[in-house]
Amino acid sequence: MLKASNKTGLVFFPAFDWAIDPTHPEREERLLYTQDQVVEEGIFDIQGIIEYKPELVTARDIQRTHFCVPDEKSMTTESHFISAGGAIAIANAVMNKEVKNGFALVRPPGHHSMRVTHGGRGFCHINIEAIMVEYIRSQFGVKKIAIIDTDCHHGDGTSDIFWHDPDVLFISLHQDGRTMYPGTGFPDELGGPNSKGSNLNIPLPPGTSTEGYLYVIRNCILPILAEFKPDIIVNSAGQDNHYTDPLTNMNFSAQGYAKLTDLLKPDIAVLEGGYAIEGALPYVNLGIILAMAGIDYSGVVEPDYNPEKLKQSVSITDKIKKTTDQINDYWQQRNGFREKSGKPGELVIRHKEVFYDTDNIFERQKETIRICRDCGGSFEIDSKATPGHHILGVHIPINACKNCREKGYDFFEEADKTKYERIYLQDRPKNHYEIK
Amino acid sequence: MIIGLDVGGTHTDAVLLSSKGIEKKVKVPTDPSNLFNSVLSGFTELLATIDPGMIKRVVISTTLTTNALVHQDMGPIGMIVSAGPGINPDFFKTCDHYYSVAGSINHRGREKAPINKMEIEDIAKKLKKAGVKYIGVVSKFCVRNPSHEILIKRILNKHFKKIFLGHHVSGNLNFPRRIATTHLNAAVFDLHKAFFQAVKKSLIEKGLTIPIQILKADGGTMTLESSMDFPGQTVLSGPAASIMGAIPHAPANQDVIVLDIGGTTTDIAFLVDKAPLLEPVGIKRGRYKSLIRSLRTDSKGIGGDSTLRVNQGELFIGPDRQGPAMAFGGPAPTPTDALVVLGVMDEGDKDKARSGIHEIAKQLALSDTDAAEQIFKKCCSVILKKTFEMVDQLNSQPVYTVHDFLEGYKLSPQKILVLGGPAKFFAKKIEELYQIETMAVPESSVANAIGAALARTTCEVSLNADTEQGIMTAHEEGFAEPISKTYSEDDLIETAYSLLREKALNSGADTENLDEVEVIEFQKFNIVRNFSPRGKIYRTKIQLKPGLIKGFETVLH
Repeated sequence: MLKASNKTGLVFFPAFDWAIDPTHPEREERLLYTQDQVVEEGIFDIQGIIEYKPELVTARDIQRTHFCVPDEKSMTTESHFISAGGAIAIANAVMNKEVKNGFALVRPPGHHSMRVTHGGRGFCHINIEAIMVEYIRSQFGVKKIAIIDTDCHHGDGTSDIFWHDPDVLFISLHQDGRTMYPGTGFPDELGGPNSKGSNLNIPLPPGTSTEGYLYVIRNCILPILAEFKPDIIVNSAGQDNHYTDPLTNMNFSAQGYAKLTDLLKPDIAVLEGGYAIEGALPYVNLGIILAMAGIDYSGVVEPDYNPEKLKQSVSITDKIKKTTDQINDYWQQRNGFREKSGKPGELVIRHKEVFYDTDNIFERQKETIRICRDCGGSFEIDSKATPGHHILGVHIPINACKNCREKGYDFFEEADKTKYERIYLQDRPKNHYEIK
Repeated sequence: MIIGLDVGGTHTDAVLLSSKGIEKKVKVPTDPSNLFNSVLSGFTELLATIDPGMIKRVVISTTLTTNALVHQDMGPIGMIVSAGPGINPDFFKTCDHYYSVAGSINHRGREKAPINKMEIEDIAKKLKKAGVKYIGVVSKFCVRNPSHEILIKRILNKHFKKIFLGHHVSGNLNFPRRIATTHLNAAVFDLHKAFFQAVKKSLIEKGLTIPIQILKADGGTMTLESSMDFPGQTVLSGPAASIMGAIPHAPANQDVIVLDIGGTTTDIAFLVDKAPLLEPVGIKRGRYKSLIRSLRTDSKGIGGDSTLRVNQGELFIGPDRQGPAMAFGGPAPTPTDALVVLGVMDEGDKDKARSGIHEIAKQLALSDTDAAEQIFKKCCSVILKKTFEMVDQLNSQPVYTVHDFLEGYKLSPQKILVLGGPAKFFAKKIEELYQIETMAVPESSVANAIGAALARTTCEVSLNADTEQGIMTAHEEGFAEPISKTYSEDDLIETAYSLLREKALNSGADTENLDEVEVIEFQKFNIVRNFSPRGKIYRTKIQLKPGLIKGFETVLH
């Protein structure tokens, strides 16, 4: 009798009737073969594996995370509400201790969606993990959360959303941005002035194989997690590092993914990208599910798997070692970085440009944040999209100190109404969202 | 005229129906050690005054397979499974002679690793030496490509009496369940065959020469001949008989709860517009999980003869049964005794019932009547609680499309039909307590036999088409044909209908009961590689719904 040694929750929502367009990689067929494999393996019959139905998020849930421009409805389809609701269903099951851990196999994905969202980027419109994380913080009062993004593309959306948040450790490992969309995620991108070091980016050279990934997990991510001591660990489980993925150039395997999951022990995993839908996803997803449930996954091997052919070169191994040393070094210096970033009460300005490849939109941002040692710091984002709208978004972080709460309202009240089409206020301590 | 016979745990019930209604009903005790005698005495009594030539249809439902499964009363079986990548197949071991062999087929039905003929021949030798006669062969994804199973069968054919193949069991995916189901078919084959050949022989001796139909777990029937390849399908046909017997009294276009309150357990099922709900994958009972089509039933260990106990001031009912109620000479107080004490039920020895209930009342510090009332109410509330848990479960089943998520059917029962011995007493009380229209099914003590008599033939066909690979297949039916690039949705449905019709007629359906066909699954996907469309995948599943044969329903009102 097969029994899971960890009680594991699964949400499986393949959205068999939703696609960006008929030949787009993010289309109906994407999880079909995964479903076939998972059902044929009898996964849902295993004692200790519990299938949950997705919940349906509301605009309110999205407003904790995003400034949707002009509003939530124009940014989403029903499928996004269910996909994010799938992640939330797993979060509820884990937080209410019905299961030890859980995996939301949902689509569409979300990790390229930033706090301000004018449209689709990298197949994403709203950030489903970030929505889930904010839900967990509001609903269950969890303070410290680690998000490990193992998608092959830099998780620039999630990075943006938690950029200024010292309580959310975001680590992305991905194919080097010089060779891959979205072209960001370099080691020196470390987070905002109040939270330097809580955003870590580990670019990996093309051709990195299982050995390289597991090296980073063992020698960088696990030690940092041990120091950060998160209350929960979330894995943005993209599956496009696979050696057969059509959009990337890596050599990761199903066994590697299962091993990675086994080492990382995420409380919640959420599916992100992964477009080798026939040769990789069925095996990778099966491996992740078994690893989470604590069931022997040694038999989950792609039919054409040849580890000799996928071995990484010595120079790749060296590069990866150098990068992890550098990241470990940055992590150790994080407090010093924050001290040097300015005096409390000062305002720091950052300019940023964002391109929405899915919807062909160009956005310019000017962000102003209050330097603070007591919280993440309130900030305002002046955002102008072409084509699109010119808005101002004000964010007061969930653990904001008194001064930052006041500063947030100053930003909102002093904003020039004639300059912006809309002015948004995201007051997380009060769980309040307002547009004027 | 038609006959339905249901062998239950305690009684064997049989009815003779004509277009005027019930002509005759018979109840004889079941002898669990000799089911054949139980069946035979049922028929003997029923046919005593009837010309067998008038009988047009006979349907039998027995617990033969269920008993074999419960008591693990099965001969030595050889199982050969070929898994390929995935979970270690040794987890699914069903018997001592269980061999996991080389060979792999992927989810698209493509061969990834071949069968090793030498390996199979070696195993054949070992199995023969061990005296194994029946073999089950199952490969992963055989419903997409059964060639490995067929090849293994060819190697084994000359050595063994009968070989059961996984892809014949069901069109559904689920390798572990397919292994369990194939094993069950192989394991009960001998028993099933001997039993029904004996039944057939003695019925012929009585002058009944028409084909015998057997009730399946999905509430449909199949002929004795077609049951020989799938004897496992008769498992748990007991609850199915009763549930089918409730259908004549269910309103159309409504969701209805069916409760069959027996001696030890209560079976719970649902009807939607007079059609019973089915298990999505197959029968599940505790740890046993199969691909056998079945009605969606669950049971609660509470019935008229459940033992009553008080522990620390709290009343407990069941789940065990020590015998009949004290009112009928049993050893321990039961809910039936409570009914007698309350005066709700007239039969039985009132004094004995009261003495039993008095013991319970003392421990609960209540009067006898109050205790009896509490027992009665608690029975109702335990059964109804379980029922509504099932409704919630049904309504929270995961779905895989945005459309189903937003528009999916929500079960909301408006009526309860009660069957079994104490049905009429319970119906009244449930209606009073829960304000839901509740009715005891007329002739409820033989509703199971009526259900068997009226159940129509059912079957299901799964048809897949893959225009990239240029083939449509229904491997369960041994069907595969090439298709062109222009193959459409309509072609698929048309082929599925004709396969279903053929299968139904082969299983004993008559042409006038073939119209209740339903498409239960339809999926269509574009296959895209490197951003260009390469073809389409179509998948459909259609069924002949469980329901009643025409011409008898109205006479039962």
